[in-house]
Amino acid sequence: MLDVKEIMSKTKVDPFHLMLSSHGLHLRRGQTRALQINVGFVCNQKCQHCHLDAGPDRRENMSRETMLAVMDYAERSHFDMIDITGGAPELNPHVEELIEKATAMVPRVMFRSNLSALNSETRAGLMQVLKTRQVVVVASFPSLNVSQTESQRGIGIFDTSIEALLKLNRLGYGKSGSGLELNLVSNPSGAFMPAAQDQTEKRFKRILEKNWGIQFNNLFSFANVPLGRYREWLIRSGNFGQYMEKLASSFNPCAVADVMCRTMVSVSWDGYLYDCDFNLAQGIYMGGEKTHVSEMEACPEAGNLIATADHCYACTAGSGFT
Amino acid sequence: MQEYYKREDLPKFGEIGKEAPEMAKKYFEYYNEVFSESELTLREKSLIALAVAHAIQCPYCIDSFTQKCLERGSNMGEMTEAVHVATAIRGGASLVHGIQSRNIADKLSM
Repeated sequence: MLDVKEIMSKTKVDPFHLMLSSHGLHLRRGQTRALQINVGFVCNQKCQHCHLDAGPDRRENMSRETMLAVMDYAERSHFDMIDITGGAPELNPHVEELIEKATAMVPRVMFRSNLSALNSETRAGLMQVLKTRQVVVVASFPSLNVSQTESQRGIGIFDTSIEALLKLNRLGYGKSGSGLELNLVSNPSGAFMPAAQDQTEKRFKRILEKNWGIQFNNLFSFANVPLGRYREWLIRSGNFGQYMEKLASSFNPCAVADVMCRTMVSVSWDGYLYDCDFNLAQGIYMGGEKTHVSEMEACPEAGNLIATADHCYACTAGSGFT
Repeated sequence: MQEYYKREDLPKFGEIGKEAPEMAKKYFEYYNEVFSESELTLREKSLIALAVAHAIQCPYCIDSFTQKCLERGSNMGEMTEAVHVATAIRGGASLVHGIQSRNIADKLSM
């Protein structure tokens, strides 16, 4: 099997930093408003598109000590938003305490869920905690089609996801006037670009309501990032070069201003900082330097350079990635 | 067949305008107008295009509109049904001509 360098050398894809400079652009931080906390790579699923290679066999999980250090950092930095992700954050033993501390600290807390972990009997109280603390739930729901969903996320996941969405709706999530926001994320189940967000949202709203009576607030349609398990699949299936060419040919210089790494900083399960969750997956530290949250006095300064690599093409393709 | 149909020729479609630029310009303007969001969504138009691509057996169009269908949120079930629609019409078009054959045979037969 060819490796990434060999495949890239056969494509017409320029390194990402050259693409930026050819448009006279640099990727620098704006005002950092959000903290993304990746509590670990432990997950009950092994999704084919996972950029972190998360799964049941992973052991990296945020300790209580690190969680408290991250919360101290959040307090020093006055973020507007905290975004809790994983793995499956439901599987971190300290996640309820983290939610309680985060919601006491910032006006908006987001919790990214794969739905099946949230639907598990062992996490029965977590939905209620999310509701009580008015946490925004961002749930992976790639497709209205069982085959597409399960080829990406595993057998049985479609039905479990529907059950979890129904439970969230019963708690008031996604219902107008409840103040409980339920957003869905749809990633393509293959080596192709995502569908237009507005049209997809309309179709998902119509069909989920008609078939199951499910309601939600917003849908985000994102390209898959060629890292982790997804990259392995792209290489194995002979799609990697073509996918990278597709991402690079969809480069939108206007999208650079709005990429999430300009206003967000990501912290990993062991407390180190990254410019985004994708750089975290690649082990590229924030600004290229290994820094622990305990060493930071405040949020990263505006104007700091952001570390980039070729996977950044996924965030600048078409209308971008937020 | 492979020496006639090369995948790398598909992105060269625009080069067809080299010897007749005005005609090509008008064609591509029309094409772009057809494939813009209007009464039908782009997802619906792509499914129709995929069905037609199979009916006219154009490998370039099948390649292009399979990708377009996926990128516009269709799934393999919908795409397979679209191909069946093309097949039903195409098969029906042959079958209905059997009436013509029957008419001629009836006239010639005792």
